[in-house]
Amino acid sequence: MEKYYHSVTLNEEKCRGCTNCIKRCPTEAIRVRKSKARIIDERCIDCGECIRICPYHAKNAITDPVEAIYKFRYTIAIPAPSLYGQYKTVFSRNRILNAFKPMGFDRVYEVARAAEIVSEATRKLLKKENIKKPLISSACPAVVRLIQVRFPSLIDNVVKLESPMEVAAKIAKNKAAHEENIPLEEIGVFFISPCAAKATSVKVPYGAAKSNVDGVISIKDIYLKLLNSMERNPVREDLEQACQEGIRWANPSGESSALGTEKFLAVDGIHNVITILEEIENDRLEDIDFVEALACTGGCLGGPLTVENAYVAKNRLGRHIEEARLKGISKSRNEKIEDDLVWTGSIEHKPVMKLDTDLVKAMKKLEALELINDGLPGLDCGACGAPSCRALAEDIVRGNANETDCIFKLREKVRDLAAQMVELEAKMPPVMDKSGDSQEQVKKQR
Amino acid sequence: MSGKVIKLHFTIDAHDFSLAGEASSSTKKMLNQLGISPLIIKKAAIAMYEAEINAFIHANGGEADVEIGVDRIVITVRDEGPGIADLDLAMQEGYSTAPDKVRELGFGAGMGLPNMKRYSDRLEIKTEVGRGTTVTMTVYVREG
Repeated sequence: MEKYYHSVTLNEEKCRGCTNCIKRCPTEAIRVRKSKARIIDERCIDCGECIRICPYHAKNAITDPVEAIYKFRYTIAIPAPSLYGQYKTVFSRNRILNAFKPMGFDRVYEVARAAEIVSEATRKLLKKENIKKPLISSACPAVVRLIQVRFPSLIDNVVKLESPMEVAAKIAKNKAAHEENIPLEEIGVFFISPCAAKATSVKVPYGAAKSNVDGVISIKDIYLKLLNSMERNPVREDLEQACQEGIRWANPSGESSALGTEKFLAVDGIHNVITILEEIENDRLEDIDFVEALACTGGCLGGPLTVENAYVAKNRLGRHIEEARLKGISKSRNEKIEDDLVWTGSIEHKPVMKLDTDLVKAMKKLEALELINDGLPGLDCGACGAPSCRALAEDIVRGNANETDCIFKLREKVRDLAAQMVELEAKMPPVMDKSGDSQEQVKKQR
Repeated sequence: MSGKVIKLHFTIDAHDFSLAGEASSSTKKMLNQLGISPLIIKKAAIAMYEAEINAFIHANGGEADVEIGVDRIVITVRDEGPGIADLDLAMQEGYSTAPDKVRELGFGAGMGLPNMKRYSDRLEIKTEVGRGTTVTMTVYVREG
């Protein structure tokens, strides 16, 4: 299998080897070995559950430092709409957007604006005949990876349109190149991200050959710097371009509500998403045309790289949405809308769950797995470093673990061994055996 | 069936409706681990799910046996329920005898048997009124 890149990473010093993350991971991608959590790269979908759950903050996502912008002659910030929910509402959206420039960015372009363009394209797609319904939104990269790993039969249902982040990057970059007469490669576009999985999709895009985004800065990292800039600098220009339709994307059902259909289902939280994908796989959602599935509880506002509590942020974002609605920014904007948002690449099935490439060998391993699993205590305690007894059984047949990794199995073995020792201890070699009449015994043998 | 075969057995316990679909769901997981192609898994899982739900709704549960071979998956769902009086009628889309209580849960849309037929390559139904029903579904495993 090709080397699989993902952005969620471990800080070894902080990790204590507890079982919190292994139990939480939706793809069973983490094991504890030598007191440290190890991520099985090809299974990780970058959902960020482990980042949220780790009590020692040992999990993080690889993003770019704010200083990375200095590598480019010209830089553009493309903030995710969830950014607006991070600050108190005394800071207007325009004030937040204006704060980027004194920090060293040359331009700002709202991803929310690009989201509206994607909504437009999705509306068109929904009207097409012969599409596989329900369509599943590709806005959440962790969900797309989840489908690749666990729900391959749903790959055809995924909306094959560029994400708002990609569309924003493309529009902003081309426009700057044209207006400022700068070569494309000297322009750095930076996504201001609530999301770990977005960092991955920039490094390894699934829809396009190469991402137009040059770096991903986490909201956590830029939060204070941006706040300082907001407090120090006046609002100089009107940078608001998106209307309520685009800003709403940060909320669950925000994307769906722009589609003009009631036949949508919006689900958030990775474990809820899995339940819904199971339903779709079983053909149980025949009356639904569109599924918006978001890995984080609370949608992008609940992203692992955000600062504010998702529910507080939701209220604040609501006010920005209302303000945008009252302002009534018209949709007739000056930029040329790219009509071709369709992916040039494709997403593939990543069969990481399969036990062997050879069916007969896989069957033998599955049988062995079941047998081992039956012998395990079924407590799913995690002390072996695997998330469940079944996962340990799987690791054993894959050759990555031993039955004695289970502390109960080990205890059983020790007890058996102790019993054997007691039994052996009672035995004596015949030459030293002083019990009974040895003469009698010799006679009997004759 | 020739060569290696994996046999699975499930009891379909009709006491808790939230457990409906457990047998087909765990079968699906195993088929995924075997690396069988997604389309074949989908066919087998839906066919089995429908049969399992039927046993749940109409027959107060039953038994399911799955045989996974290198060339085919054979799913047998057996119950001791009321049996099907008119099989031809039951095979029609939209026909259902499910009680209202069940329909309110979104089941009993009359797609059970038609879906079993659609998603399996071979469907065999043995039914006797008052005795029960046995459904045997075969899905062929083709590589690729």
